[in-house]
Amino acid sequence: MKKLINDPSDVVDEMLEGMVSAHPERLRRLDGTEVLVRTDAPVDGKVGVVSGGGSGHEPTHAGYLGEGMLDGAAAGEIFTSPTADQLEAMIQACDAGEGVLVVVKNYEGDVMNFDTAAEMVEMEDVDVRQVVVNDDVAVEDSLYTSGRRGVCGTILVHKVAGAAAARGDDLDQIAEHAEGVIENVGTMGTALTSCTTPEKGEPTFDLGEDEIELGIGIHGEPGTERVEQMPADDVADHLTEAVLDDLGLAAGTEVLTIVNGMGGTPLSELFVVQRRVDQLIEEHDLEVWDAWVGDYMTSLDMEGCSITVCALDDERKELLAAPADTPALTVRE
Amino acid sequence: MVEESIQREAIEAAVHAVAERIEAEKTYLTELDSAIGDADHGANLHRGMQAVVEAIEDTDEEDPAALVKLVGRTLVSEVGGAAGPLYGGSIMSASTEFAEGIDTASTVAFAEAYLAKVEDRGGATVGDKTMVDALTPAVHTYKKSIEQDELPPLAALAKAVDAAERGVAFTTPIRASKGRASYLGWRSVGHQDPGATSTLYCLEAILDVATEYLDGEIDRDATSPTVPDESAEADGSPEGEE
Repeated sequence: MKKLINDPSDVVDEMLEGMVSAHPERLRRLDGTEVLVRTDAPVDGKVGVVSGGGSGHEPTHAGYLGEGMLDGAAAGEIFTSPTADQLEAMIQACDAGEGVLVVVKNYEGDVMNFDTAAEMVEMEDVDVRQVVVNDDVAVEDSLYTSGRRGVCGTILVHKVAGAAAARGDDLDQIAEHAEGVIENVGTMGTALTSCTTPEKGEPTFDLGEDEIELGIGIHGEPGTERVEQMPADDVADHLTEAVLDDLGLAAGTEVLTIVNGMGGTPLSELFVVQRRVDQLIEEHDLEVWDAWVGDYMTSLDMEGCSITVCALDDERKELLAAPADTPALTVRE
Repeated sequence: MVEESIQREAIEAAVHAVAERIEAEKTYLTELDSAIGDADHGANLHRGMQAVVEAIEDTDEEDPAALVKLVGRTLVSEVGGAAGPLYGGSIMSASTEFAEGIDTASTVAFAEAYLAKVEDRGGATVGDKTMVDALTPAVHTYKKSIEQDELPPLAALAKAVDAAERGVAFTTPIRASKGRASYLGWRSVGHQDPGATSTLYCLEAILDVATEYLDGEIDRDATSPTVPDESAEADGSPEGEE
């Protein structure tokens, strides 16, 4: 398998070095860690908002560091949770005395390490609140989770919590906004090919030439079923219907949709899917408030996409529309 | 209370014994983990315990709570995955029970706090095919042996190790419902749980060290109310009991 890497065990370290050298005005690495923070962290008078998880999902999470989104992002090894001591260092570096909201994707390793980190910083009197994102409607309990997995909906939690923190909400209010997103967002993905981790160097799972896997996880964990390859519209139908079924939205609800690339799919194909998602939303008598298309939460080089739908209210719309200035997502006033 | 320097010596000895035992068993633990997990338990724990040995050697700290906390902290940062927070995080959290030093009562409190944290963090209970299956009977047996049966600590620890051993055996025929193995469902039946197994090895190593140490200064300290007298201790040696 051809990869643009040096030593596989250096990938995360060298990737972080590259991110900082590309965005020196925005990103700073905490010495001796795999944690990136905003250059101005901790921001005076503001609650910190941080996240983290295994690497391999770029631009998640460090791509969302900056004004209006995250203050800190911890990178674990590829598809492996960061350790609790790194998370502890991140939370401390992002606490300006107002407390820190920690956004966790629901995977056992992540949840346990974040829990441990929270306990460690609480001993140092840092006020910390944790929200766990579990937007993947495909499977209950999986290879790495109890309950549903946390996937692309996490980006919306970053955006909403980050905007609430930027406008001066306190820790409890921010956590409430974050929970509001988590209760109103659903995602489902599909893989056309497996991802290949640098260490292993070969595909994580085998898919037949003309097979796709529905309900795929972002680490190549199995989904709900393998089916014969089908046209983009049918894939969009399947994923969108599953998400809408789960959300059960009233007619007229305004939604934000994300057609997210898994890392190896060209934008042209994502837009083909987007076109169909837009039609489906209308067929369900829902209203598209905004539609995002691109690579937000990837799975290394996997080909495929996920579809996210988030139901909105006035508060969430205001927070989603608030300015954000990050390497991977910019929202202008 | 025994002098801190002796408590430090005991902790250091326990750390070395556990590290050696894990090193000896790392291949076997990884084999167990390959069957129902992701094949890294032995290697990860081994790496973690090597780091703990170094960390303890590198510090002049004598306060037992601080030393035990350092053990936990090092495991958290070196082991990773779920085992890091489960082993290391729980040791860190329970280390406060040694704030007044290590005596029989505080070892019971430590064991209970450690178990409570593992259960809370992992969300597992007995029968889920996890380390809890070895740990729970061990901790309950230790507490009961000390508090109800008034056995000396060494005898209580030996009974706890026996209980852990039965707990490990119990993980083989059951179906996993927590942790990575739970994904296999019924296919996990027939495999011994690696986390329960490593828990047993740690307890066995600590028993070995305790057997050595309770012949020494610690049990002769008259200030500790639960410390056994010489005759009780002789009865309580692992060979002598039951």
